Amino acid sequence: MLLIRCPYCEEERPELEFRHAGEAHLVRPGNIAEMSDEDFEGFFFIRQNPKGLVYERWRHVHGCARFFNAVRDTVSDKFVTTYKAGEKKPVIKGAAE
Amino acid sequence: MARSNEALRRPALEGRAASHAWVSVTPAAPASRLSLRTPADSVGAVSKALGFALPQKPKTSAQKNGRAALWLGPDEWLVIDESGSEISPALGKVKAFHSAVDVSHRNVGIVVSGPGAEATIAAGCPQDILLATFPVGACSRTVLGKIEIVLWRTGDTTFRVECWRSFSDYAFTFLSEAARDAAV
Ligand SMILES: [Zn+2]
Repeated sequence: MLLIRCPYCEEERPELEFRHAGEAHLVRPGNIAEMSDEDFEGFFFIRQNPKGLVYERWRHVHGCARFFNAVRDTVSDKFVTTYKAGEKKPVIKGAAE
Repeated sequence: MARSNEALRRPALEGRAASHAWVSVTPAAPASRLSLRTPADSVGAVSKALGFALPQKPKTSAQKNGRAALWLGPDEWLVIDESGSEISPALGKVKAFHSAVDVSHRNVGIVVSGPGAEATIAAGCPQDILLATFPVGACSRTVLGKIEIVLWRTGDTTFRVECWRSFSDYAFTFLSEAARDAAV
């Protein structure tokens, strides 16, 4: 079984306790009502989905229940690192900006 | 015959028990329970009202006089009181910001005890629950089979499984079946 390190529980836990929660570091626009439809579409629907290293949100739903961020390789399914929500996006060699 | 106006309280797992050579599975006695959410700067005041300090480290618990607090998340605890006293009145007086929801009847406790307890839990729980990594007093929200539980090690060979009431039949049956296979 895949083990994922939860930054809040401070240890590796079985993947069954976790749930994927989409792309990380999306910035919610300040005033959605004044956005153009194209800009809103970009914010709401369009994701990078690169092959390789991705920045993702995960939730330790059957553990501490907290959301956190992770860098994962979509080819090997290897987790490079995990960090608390709100922490700075780490610079990882080979990851898309 | 005397007639009573009181509703009959029937525990979800009334009368059920499973006992095997290495392990027994029994329903825990009724208890008062709180789902407690407390930001860091309220922890002191809430701890004082509870009668002991809320544990701050992941996967740890604290207890005193039949009342225990289990760390579930950075600002979340499950409080279980088996002493027969209600917990809510003490917390009602706390001015510091917090949330305490009485979940006494939402949860059902199951005690798994004996040399085969570890193997019985491990039949459905993916966490590493060996004594070295999950020592006495350790607790965690996790999964058992296809349901969510709170697991709490209360002794070298004793675990308490807390699950939601409607899942208790599944949990108890699962643990009973696992207990049959739990050889040491
Ligand atoms: Zn966690």
